[in-house]
Amino acid sequence: MSRASLAAQARTGAPIFAALGDETRLRIVAKLSAGGALSIVRLTEGEAMTRQAITKHLAVLAGAGLVRDVWRGRERLWELERSPLETARRYLELVSERWDDALTRLAAMVEVDDD
Amino acid sequence: MMTTDRIEKRRVLRAPPARVWRALSNAREFGTWFGVEFGGEFAPGRAVHGKVTYQGKEVAFEFHIERMEPERLLSFRWHPFAVDPAIDYAHEPTTLVELAITPAPEGTLLTVTESGFDQIPLARRAKAFAMNDGGWAEQMNNIARHVEG
Repeated sequence: MSRASLAAQARTGAPIFAALGDETRLRIVAKLSAGGALSIVRLTEGEAMTRQAITKHLAVLAGAGLVRDVWRGRERLWELERSPLETARRYLELVSERWDDALTRLAAMVEVDDD
Repeated sequence: MMTTDRIEKRRVLRAPPARVWRALSNAREFGTWFGVEFGGEFAPGRAVHGKVTYQGKEVAFEFHIERMEPERLLSFRWHPFAVDPAIDYAHEPTTLVELAITPAPEGTLLTVTESGFDQIPLARRAKAFAMNDGGWAEQMNNIARHVEG
């Protein structure tokens, strides 16, 4: 899906997509997706902004349930919380299955009539 | 990256568009395959009340019919999975369902799209799993009764 359509979805107001409708936060999610749990220092690398700014973005993502912080010793790391995305995806599968069932009944109905 | 907002289904039906349109536009016929009972006919702009039997209980719901273009398109808005009698869904966002038909060599191509899921609260979406599991358990009982009866 293109970044443009992702941004369009975010405008619907769903917190999860609002949280993702920002280039910096999308990059954070991509980094965490590829790199597992990362520190603020690692997440700030390559970004033209301060650690404080990255921390604020992480707070938005955490507020939408997309990331969580974990402590490893004295180091605070951030990792992806996959369940909200997973929930959204599985919900769609569920609705999709219902449509499959309904369309099978529709086919049975109209195709019988046609014979 | 992900598509959690919409569903699209395509299905070729071996029946002419006029027959398929009747199954979509006639509330009684629609209810037969969709599994609901409507209290009125479909018309653009009309809210049609219906009821569905869910886990042994009757649950009321509404279709808000938007467009009806004969042998082309039926669209409506509704609250997906609005089957919990304890919840007032009226203030929650709806999804838009569009059923489009076009002639095909074998009969009719039906394309179903349902969109707007990202506006449905995540907690509500999560809850649908639990309710669906119950629904499946009930379906299995129905089937067992049918084949054993």
